[in-house]
Amino acid sequence: MEQMKKVPITFYIRRFDPVTDEEPRIQKYVLQVEKGMTVLDCIHVIKEEQDPSLAFRFSCRMGVCGSCAMLINGKPTLACNTQTLDLTDSVLTVGALPNFNIIRDLVPDLVPMFGVHQRVQPYIIRKDTQEMEKPSGEYFQSPHQLEEFLQFTYCIKCGVCMAACPTMATDRQYPGPMALTQAYRYNTDSRDDGGGERKDLVAKSHGVFGCHYAGECSNACPKGVDPARAIQLLKRDLVRDYLHLGKDHACAKTHPLPPNAERKPKIEAPPFTAGT
Amino acid sequence: MRETKQFDNHFGIIGWLGGGRWGIERYLYIIHRVAGLGILLFFMMHIFESSVRIFGPESWNAAMNVLKHPVFKLGEFVVYFGFAFHALNGLRLILIELGFAVGKAEEPVYPYRSSLNVQRPLMIVVMVIAAVVILAGGMNIFVLH
Ligand code: FES
Repeated sequence: MEQMKKVPITFYIRRFDPVTDEEPRIQKYVLQVEKGMTVLDCIHVIKEEQDPSLAFRFSCRMGVCGSCAMLINGKPTLACNTQTLDLTDSVLTVGALPNFNIIRDLVPDLVPMFGVHQRVQPYIIRKDTQEMEKPSGEYFQSPHQLEEFLQFTYCIKCGVCMAACPTMATDRQYPGPMALTQAYRYNTDSRDDGGGERKDLVAKSHGVFGCHYAGECSNACPKGVDPARAIQLLKRDLVRDYLHLGKDHACAKTHPLPPNAERKPKIEAPPFTAGT
Repeated sequence: MRETKQFDNHFGIIGWLGGGRWGIERYLYIIHRVAGLGILLFFMMHIFESSVRIFGPESWNAAMNVLKHPVFKLGEFVVYFGFAFHALNGLRLILIELGFAVGKAEEPVYPYRSSLNVQRPLMIVVMVIAAVVILAGGMNIFVLH
């Protein structure tokens, strides 16, 4: 096989050690990079061969888990989803995801993001609590109703949109594109009744109207979720709701099971761990 | 859990400029915000300048004389620019926020197309109108007067 050509790339990595550093500092590494290596691969090699103290977060290495979001050449993106040689043939800067605190080196503290995510109640809420706890049948949903929110379910909570958002940069109470998109996703779900409960968070000041459609969340999203669209549609629904225009979406009815149907045994949900 | 010191990595006001991929809408976002703040500042100056009246006709005339300086002509244009841009871009934002021009949710297929692509024609039309309005105002301020 033909020997792969290696290109020397200089990495400027922004590092921060909470024990010794007051401020992040830039450290330089030179690495021979060949075609096919993602930025995450390069950082792995640096850690293995040059500096074992470098801290970063990753898990799946294939753009599914959302752990490896970083600021690469000034743009927030997934390190495992970015080919190094596509970006540069000489220098690359890598830093922790902005608009979050840095725990260490390339590891941002995503807890505030998961906190607001939890506060938008990203699950089906129904007024008929009885039915929610002990379902007597299935909720019907047409493919058309599914399409209305399906795009926004592909979110992997990587935080890239939060880092790209200029409103997030100055307004710390702004819930951020990720949480707002999830609020819209559940509000629009035909099985859901919880729009009123989510309104407290999204419709107040520092809420969804802090967005002026810079569109960077949608430009940056590695999964094509298009948070900017969800946020605008969420605003539309809030305005309609306020003016009592448009139709109230009636919550999906339960379709009772056929009389001879057998229920599968209930699977107990694991206790909640996030944020507790 | 052990508490450790963290570094606050929020962009702050620089985030209005940095941190993204520099889509054209982001420039509009920045100009829109700066213009909005600028108009607020202008209103406050305007109220201050008008309130000079209560000190009698001399102070009023003195203030009016200061405002004849050519620098204020430029200032007038800047305010007009800010106003025209903010108003027209604001109309675009209102249309978008009412759900026009952002399209419906669609299956994300690579290379991703977003709502930004859907609203771009609207953005271009609005910006052309804004340019015409601003040019006409500039003509009025600098050439005809
Ligand atoms: S490591 Fe899972 S998304 Fe990059």
